[in-house]
Amino acid sequence: MKKIYLDHAATTPVKESVIEEMQPFFSERFGNPSSVHRFGQEAVMAIDKARKKVAHFLGAKEREVVFTSSATEANNLSVLGAAGGGHVVTSSIEHSAVLNPCKMSSGSVTQVPVSSEGVLRVEDVLKEIRSDTTLVSVMYVNNEIGTVQPIAEIGKAIGEINKKRKKKILFHTDAVQAANYLSCDVSELSVDLLTLSGHKIYGPKGVGALYIREGVTVSPVMYGASHERGLHPGTENVPAIVGMGKAVEEIDFRKGEEVKRLRDKVIDEITSSISGVTLNGSREKRIPNNVNLAFEGVEGESLLISLDSEGIAVSTGSACASHSLSPSHVLLAIGLSDRMAHGSLRISLGNETTEEEVDHLISKLPPIIKRLREISGR
Amino acid sequence: MSKYYSKEVMDRFMSPKYFGEMKDADAVGLVGNPRCGDEMEVYIKVREGKVESASFRTLGCAAAIATSDVVCEMITGKSLEEAVSITEKEMVDKLKDLPHVKVHCASLALEGVKEAVKKYEGK
Repeated sequence: MKKIYLDHAATTPVKESVIEEMQPFFSERFGNPSSVHRFGQEAVMAIDKARKKVAHFLGAKEREVVFTSSATEANNLSVLGAAGGGHVVTSSIEHSAVLNPCKMSSGSVTQVPVSSEGVLRVEDVLKEIRSDTTLVSVMYVNNEIGTVQPIAEIGKAIGEINKKRKKKILFHTDAVQAANYLSCDVSELSVDLLTLSGHKIYGPKGVGALYIREGVTVSPVMYGASHERGLHPGTENVPAIVGMGKAVEEIDFRKGEEVKRLRDKVIDEITSSISGVTLNGSREKRIPNNVNLAFEGVEGESLLISLDSEGIAVSTGSACASHSLSPSHVLLAIGLSDRMAHGSLRISLGNETTEEEVDHLISKLPPIIKRLREISGR
Repeated sequence: MSKYYSKEVMDRFMSPKYFGEMKDADAVGLVGNPRCGDEMEVYIKVREGKVESASFRTLGCAAAIATSDVVCEMITGKSLEEAVSITEKEMVDKLKDLPHVKVHCASLALEGVKEAVKKYEGK
């Protein structure tokens, strides 16, 4: 059976060119970057090269980029290390890698609601800012429904507010789901902190990066030696960092056009061939590779398992497969009922997704929905 | 094929034998709620104190559908007393295995049976 992967928001395959770039750093050039001898210095140079590539992508200085072991770690550093226990303003649809550090923060947290389209209104964010606010953290693109948030607009508005403030508010964005298709230029976005992940951009797992604007103080959340300015203590994961540098270098926004065409085909064909289907999240303000559909009368996990048995890998909008039985906080935040939230499916395309694969999904889905609706009687 | 579920669970999910509304049922047990994602209806037809036939309609995950199907099979031919004393473990054993986080689906299916029997006896 042909295997079709349509879950790129979960993770992406590592590109051949990235693997090639990483390969020498496992056994041949394995040195510890903290070592003074040439083995170590080779590794230092490799990390510097990767840092240069990431900095170039962000329009940042090399010293403003810190490598971490994941985007989760970069988000923890932003919330726990940069907010300084002050008031944090964030959105109701953030990833748990922001929401859960917020819960651990000693300061208070305000979650700004989103519209039924899954998009934040700039003014709703601004009106939550208080005199003790130290950090605003808003994701660039939502991981479940793919909606693009007005980061540049929020960044600009915070910049205006900061002109009148002694203690400046920091602005962080989790750009993990955006980096493949949208500009992450930190000046354009007016952000102080920005999170990237290696494995969402056809690079390896186990590596992330945090952009920290020069002059911004971030405290460690883990303690050890002085690796990565002391913010990521622990010997650098050299092959992964090298891979992430290469993956960032190879990002090509032009790929988004074809991905978007296929995405629109999926949305149009499924919503016309199957009744009782609605698109979750704005169609216009949406990342090119995300489809998230709510199906009446079926439950997302049974849909996922049925598609998996046809070789098609997608994801649910529900947390049914995890330990939590409550529906996705993102889908509830955009106003879906519990039942529709449980009946939602995320289909995330990739740069290598073909028209044939998309057509296969489009043809396999209607009979599956029909069968599950017969079983549910709804 | 998914390694998440046993072959037995997958077979019952892909080809359940007991699904469908029973128009002439003697009682129906409605359980579950939209919050947890699973909603089940268990239909029973009773003759001489025994479950003559059973069927279900389930809006839920693969485990919810498989456990609905297996419970209908297990209660068929049983006395009402026997039907309500089936345990989760017996169901899990019959399904060969069920992921730990899905055992609540078996509990829900059993609740459906108990609810149907209660309705029947309350008639």
